[in-house]
Parts: sequence; C-alpha cells; structure tokens
Amino acid sequence: MYYKFDVVIVGSGGAGLMAAMQLPQASVAVLTKLYPTRSHTGAAQGGVAAALGNREEDHWKWHMYDTVKGGDYLVDQPAAEILAREAIDAVYELEHRGLPFNRTEDGRIDQRRFGGHTRNFGEAPVRRSCYAADRTGHMILQTMYQNAIKNQVRFFNEYLVLDLLINDGQACGVVALEIRTGEIHTFHAKAVLFATGGYGRAWRVTSNAFACMGDGMSIAYRRGIPLEDMEMYQFHPTGIYKVGVLLSEAARGEGAKLLNGKGQYFMERYMPTLKDLAPRDIVSRCIVQEIKEGRGVDGEDYVLLDVRHLGAQKIAEKLPDITDFARNYLGVEPITEPVPIQPTAHYAMGGIPTDIDARVVIDKHWTPFPGFYAAGEVACVSVHGANRLGTNSLVDLIVFGRRAGKHMAKFITETNYAPLPSEPDGFARELVEHLSRSTGRESAARIRSALQNEMDDKVFVERSESSLRHALDTIEGLQDAYKKVELQDKGKLFNTEMVEALELGFLLDCAEATIHGALARTESRGAHYRLDYPRRDDVNWLKHTLAYKGTKAHDVRLDYKDVILINDPLFQPKERKY
Amino acid sequence: MNVLMRIKRYNPEVNTKPYWAEYRVEVEPIDRLLDALNVIKWTQDGTLTYRRSCAHGVCGSDAMRINGRNRLACKVLMRDVGNKVTIEPMLGFPVIKDLVVDMEQFFEKYKLVKPYLITYDNEPTTERLQSQRQRARFDEGTKCILCGACTGSCPSIWGNPDWVGPASIVNAHRFIFDSRDQGAAERLAILSQRDGVWRCRTIFNCADACPRNIPVTDLIEQVKRAIVYNDTEEV
Ligand SMILES: Cc1cc2nc3c(=O)[nH]c(=O)nc-3n(C[C@H](O)[C@H](O)[C@H](O)COP(=O)(O)OP(=O)(O)OC[C@H]3O[C@@H](n4cnc5c(N)ncnc54)[C@H](O)[C@@H]3O)c2cc1C
Ligand code: SF4
Ligand code: FES
Repeated sequence: MYYKFDVVIVGSGGAGLMAAMQLPQASVAVLTKLYPTRSHTGAAQGGVAAALGNREEDHWKWHMYDTVKGGDYLVDQPAAEILAREAIDAVYELEHRGLPFNRTEDGRIDQRRFGGHTRNFGEAPVRRSCYAADRTGHMILQTMYQNAIKNQVRFFNEYLVLDLLINDGQACGVVALEIRTGEIHTFHAKAVLFATGGYGRAWRVTSNAFACMGDGMSIAYRRGIPLEDMEMYQFHPTGIYKVGVLLSEAARGEGAKLLNGKGQYFMERYMPTLKDLAPRDIVSRCIVQEIKEGRGVDGEDYVLLDVRHLGAQKIAEKLPDITDFARNYLGVEPITEPVPIQPTAHYAMGGIPTDIDARVVIDKHWTPFPGFYAAGEVACVSVHGANRLGTNSLVDLIVFGRRAGKHMAKFITETNYAPLPSEPDGFARELVEHLSRSTGRESAARIRSALQNEMDDKVFVERSESSLRHALDTIEGLQDAYKKVELQDKGKLFNTEMVEALELGFLLDCAEATIHGALARTESRGAHYRLDYPRRDDVNWLKHTLAYKGTKAHDVRLDYKDVILINDPLFQPKERKY
Repeated sequence: MNVLMRIKRYNPEVNTKPYWAEYRVEVEPIDRLLDALNVIKWTQDGTLTYRRSCAHGVCGSDAMRINGRNRLACKVLMRDVGNKVTIEPMLGFPVIKDLVVDMEQFFEKYKLVKPYLITYDNEPTTERLQSQRQRARFDEGTKCILCGACTGSCPSIWGNPDWVGPASIVNAHRFIFDSRDQGAAERLAILSQRDGVWRCRTIFNCADACPRNIPVTDLIEQVKRAIVYNDTEEV
C-alpha cells in the first residue's frame, strides 16, 4: 500500500506520543512495532525531573548544572539549559493531560531525591523527581496514549519500519513491514520523526525490553547519517542479579543503600557527600571495584541492595513494583533480606545527532537534514553527555518530543512533499526477501546470544584497547555470519522469527558503532571507562564522536564535533567530585 | 529442571485447525515461562509465535492461558508450574497465530469508555491541586497495563463478545473517581447501557487473572453503585 501523511512518527513511547500531541492540525501517522502501551517508556519507574520546588527550594539552573556535571561535561550546554527550563512546563502539561502524580500534603506534585540531583550546585541532594509511585513511565505512556485517543491520532500498530526514504537530501517517508500480514507499505511524508528508543539488548544482562534493538539508529546509519557518542552507554548499578530487571534508583532516593559481601555500606568510602546517590557511572564502577577486590557476595560477581531499614510500610507505599520484582524473580523478600544486584545495561546517551529542535544534523558543522527529526533515547541532543542522570530521560522525551512536534508543525506548512525515490520499497523488500529465501543454515538466535555475551564480557563498565579489539573481531565475524541467517518460518503471517532476524541486523550496526567509538576514545569520561586511559582528557577529547557507516563491510569512519559550552565560569569543565 | 510444554498451535496459513504440539525444555526453576518459550523458539522451533517485550510484567504483551488460567508468561516462574505445563491463547479473542490473539476489538472497547481526562475549566498555570486522599481514591485502576487477561477470563465475554468487559470498566473507574475529571456522567451513561456494567455476573475470574493485582471485580461493583446512586464522590 501507499500512504501519504504530513508527518510520520515512528515509535509510540513517550517521545513519539508527546510529539504527536503537538500536531492537531496536521495529518499524522504513528507507526509502532508494538501496541503503543507496550513501549518501553512504560518500564520507567523512578520519576521525571523538574525544578518545581514543591518540597524545597529548587531552580532550573541547579538542574542544568547537575545535568552538565553528571554528563562529565560532554553535554551541549544550551541543550541542557532548555531541558532544565522547559522540564517545568512540560511536567505541568503532563499533569493537565491527566497524569496521576503522587501528591504532597498540600495537594501539589510530590517530589523525591534521585542520583546526582543537588541543591545549590552540588551541596546536597534535592527533591526534584516528580513521580507516580514507582511507575512514572507507565503513567506517562498511558496518559499520552489516552490523549492520543482523545485527539484521534491514527496508529499503525505492529508495523516494523525498515527504511527511511530520502530524495535529494530531504527525508520523504519510510517503508514498513506490517507484521500481521507480511505486507510491505510505503509511507510518503513531509516530515519523519524517529522516536524508536534504545538498544540495550546488545548486552545479555539488561534492563531493556526485547524490543530495544536499536532499529532507528541503524536505519539512519545505513542511510549515511552518523551516530553520535555511541561509546557512551550507561550501566545502571542496580539490576536484579543475572536477570537484569531494574531496581529503580528511587529505592536509593528513598534511602536504600548498597552493601558488599563483607556487610559494609561501601559507597560512603568512595563518595562522601552523595554516597549511594552519586551518579550511575560512578556507582557502577564502585560496584565493579568492590567485586574485583573480592568483596562481592560469596566471591560472586554481585553485591546487595538493602532497603530493610526503610520499614515495611514505606516500602509498600513508595516502592511496590520494585519489591514485587525482587520477590518474583529472585524469591527474595526485601523487607527482611537485602537483594542481590549487579550493573545492568540500561541507556544509550548517544544516538542520532540532533539540534535543540530535534532536527537531525549530519556533520560537525551542524548541517540539518531537512524533514528528518529524532527524539527520545534514539536521539543525541546531547543533554546527557557521557552519563545520564536518573529521571532525565523522561524529561528528555517530553521536552524534546514536544519541540520536535512543534517544529514539524511549522515545517510542514513551509514545505512540499519531496517526490519519492524510484522503487521506494526496494531496499526494505530485499531485506525481507533475502531472509525468506536464505538457505545459509545460520541461526539468528545464536548470533544474538554470541553478541550479547561478547558485549557483557568486553564492552562493559570497564574497557581497554585489548578488550575492544577482541570485541570488534567478534562482531565482524557475527556480521558475516548474519548474512547466512536462515529462517524456519517461511510464512508471511505474523512472522516473529522474521522480525527478530531483522532486528538483529539493527543491533549489530549499533554494536559496531559503539565499539569503534570506544576504541578511538583514549580517555575515561562518564560511562566510558578505559583501564588503559583512566583519566579524563579535556585537551584532546572534549568532543563528540560521529560514527559513519562506510561503503564496504566493516568500514566505519569517525569524525568529531565540538561540545558547546556556555560562557559562564560555573559551567567550565572541572573534576567531578560528589 | 526438565519440563514438558504442551502448546496449542494454529497457523491459518498452513493448518486447517488448531492442534497440540509438545516440547521438552531444560530450564532453571527461577526461569520465567517466557524464557522457556524463548528456548523453544530459539533452539527447537522458530515458527512458534507469541508476543513479548518487557519481560518483567509491565508492558502487557504476553497474556496467555497457562494451565487453564490467564497469566503473563513473563511473571510465571517454572518452579511454580511443575514438570508439565499447558499453554493456550486467551479465550474470548480471535486467534491470529499460535498464542497471538487479535487485540483490536479489545482496544476499541477501551476507547468506548472515553479513557482520558475530561475537563471543561481552564487549566491553571501550574498543576491542578489534588489531595492525597483524592489521589488514592482511583489508584488501583492506574496500574492497568491493558493486557486483556481479565477480559479473556470472563465467561460473560465468551458468551457475549459485544460486552465492554472488565478492562474497559477498570479504566473508566480510573477517571470516574479522579477528582480532576468532569466526564463521569458521560462514562456512566455509556456503562449503564445493555453491554455496560450489568453484564458482569461477579464471577471474580477477572480479579484472579489480573497480573497487577487490581481488585477488578470490586472496581466494577463501585461503578455499578455509582450508576445506581448517581454518586461518584466517595463510595
Ligand atoms: C527499567 C527502566 C526504568 C527506567 N526508569 C527511568 C526513570 O525513572 N526516569 C527516566 O527518566 N528514565 C527512565 N528510564 C529510561 C527511559 O524509560 C527510556 O529512555 C525512555 O522511556 C525511552 O523512550 P522513547 O520514547 O525514546 O522510546 P521507547 O519508549 O522505547 O519507545 C520506542 C518506540 O519505538 C517503536 N519502534 C522501535 N523500533 C521500531 C521500528 N523499527 N518500527 C516501528 N516502531 C518501532 C516501539 O514500538 C516503541 O513504540 C528507564 C528505563 C528502563 C529500561
Ligand atoms: S485490569 Fe489487570 S488483567 Fe485487566 S487489562 Fe488491566 S492489567 Fe490486565
Ligand atoms: S513481556 Fe511485558 S508483560 Fe510480559
């Protein structure tokens, strides 16, 4: 089929839906490979940061400062300013649209502490995270979907987008596989927004859903658009041991503490001021350090999260889902026992480079790609720099999702449809047909699991030249093997084996860009910690990586883009202490 | 542990009618049933078809009938099902393929009850105020992940596919009792019709099925009372 819409939004998580809300006058299609309410935004637990000051004094500038420092100064500071300022209004917009926030005694939106968020430029933790129990993301997703129903947004559910259409340097649509029928459809548009989320499934232990396969990043990358700062991948300190399911930082925000195998609360030793509420990159490294020095539990590679002292009532009231996870997946009762945890692959700071209006930019000169937008985890604005603070992703979704929507609303009134390229669905059709006819006997599941194991072993919290070289070799071998993947399901109807194989292709691209960026960056900054280069190097590396896919297999070209600083001494890079 | 999985399968592209397939898998007791399905799909039979995403009970993708009860495959542990388990698609939904059912009608019925905040006043510049007590009044319904387990377990739906079903009523409840909302009368008018709340026979299957521990039947009862007494303030 051929469809024509002013705007095509790919992805119905928080970012995609927030953008859709801003386009009441336009014809809009939202394409999503899952039913909208299944999107991964629904898994976010802890909260959304905004300096409302409902509990205690707070200012957007403090929030901006924390964001920049938390990101180890690899943050574009004007973007961080927008994030912190507009967060306030965006949170009120969510409330007006019906989001059931928890409330203070006087009926305002309640706020709580979260890692790295401080008062007065680093003095002490501040209550900045607005929350709805420990299902804030669920409530954002539900609320935005409910509003989309109210506004009669047109959804194409269970459509897997496979390609971005470009004509003469302008985006003009997408091609998608309708999962239910196996048909391929072309969507012609004036503007395309990618809001497809992250790629946490590149690792074995991850908090991310099966759907987080890096689709959007890879599709853009294959079309010559660079990926920015992919080496900056966040490992959240508290994943359930072996399973990876997240125990939100909200637990530590409410007072939970990390405990090593010797029964010591170890964070105070490393970070005397913020202790357990230091940013995630630091806490994850401390956990790995404890384990390396033999203070894991029973010599194993995990430590414990202790909530016992919070008491049964507070746990039930503030952290119901989290305690449920521990009971369900470990059989551990958090009220009486500490919970086994380990760092878990969690969040992509990097992604498709954009400017502050979510327009995709394709080089170090910030050249925009007309008609193409990206927002949410798939994008890199860059507000998170080398390490995202907790609760700053949901803000990113609503602030930059909203800006994307507003900018597209204007853009489509000023632009005509670019004509479609000839045979627009050719590339996507070939991807699908290659897999249906392949008789190569290779298994997608085997490749995916080999990739995940290698990423866990070699591209984790700590990396080095040798671990990364090893990983690169492995991934290149897996890319070659991928060409021989053969499916058992040869049908068209709801072929999830096909979907998984297509997604694996996306995931391999993301892993490739990640490793190349990491190998080149010979310094340690934020989430990227090199054992062989343990110091931050602002002279050579205060810059963003741009990874371009080369024309030949395994070919990746790297370029770099300056970090934008503002003219304020307070915001100049300095050593990060908490 | 070694488990025998009996799965009801049907692919209309090749089968004329549903049939039972059996698989043996080696799993850990604390593996999820979803992990066991993945073992089959990834190592034995790539054609086995089911939905899943979050893998920890928050997205609502993988509701299915497990040993006769609707459950999320990612919330059921293997140690709790024993050495033999029977898996079917949910009843009351048309089957697309294997364990994948057609959710379109389910979402249409959800939309029917106007599941969004309705207000007629101007918005304040900051947040609307709501007391903690008012917020707690509708808390249960906000947990719903639209998995369909309740609706698919309800004998009234099996007999009467036009009935709005428990999930829609849970979501109507969530707004009817929200102090900020002004659309209760519209929703109650919809729910007092023939295919509204009165088809509920208080069988409690829905509450048993709900993976979010929502007291579904209670919430339906509260909506019934709100219709009878025309009162949505306190119940
Ligand atoms: C367990 C967990 C807890 C978290 N807690 C917090 C928190 O407390 N606070 C916070 O700020 N952040 C949190 N985060 C991070 C945050 O939730 C995510 O970064 C954010 O929700 C991503 O939203 P998104 O809109 O970018 O994408 P997603 O919500 O992931 O949505 C992606 C969408 O794209 C669609 N899609 C993807 N590929 C395709 C394709 N090829 N074709 C069609 N559609 C496609 C999917 O169907 C989906 O609708 C948490 C993350 C996790 C994993
Ligand atoms: S009420 Fe419970 S069972 Fe029913 S759809 Fe919602 S979460 Fe699923
Ligand atoms: S996979 Fe999300 S609820 Fe089971």
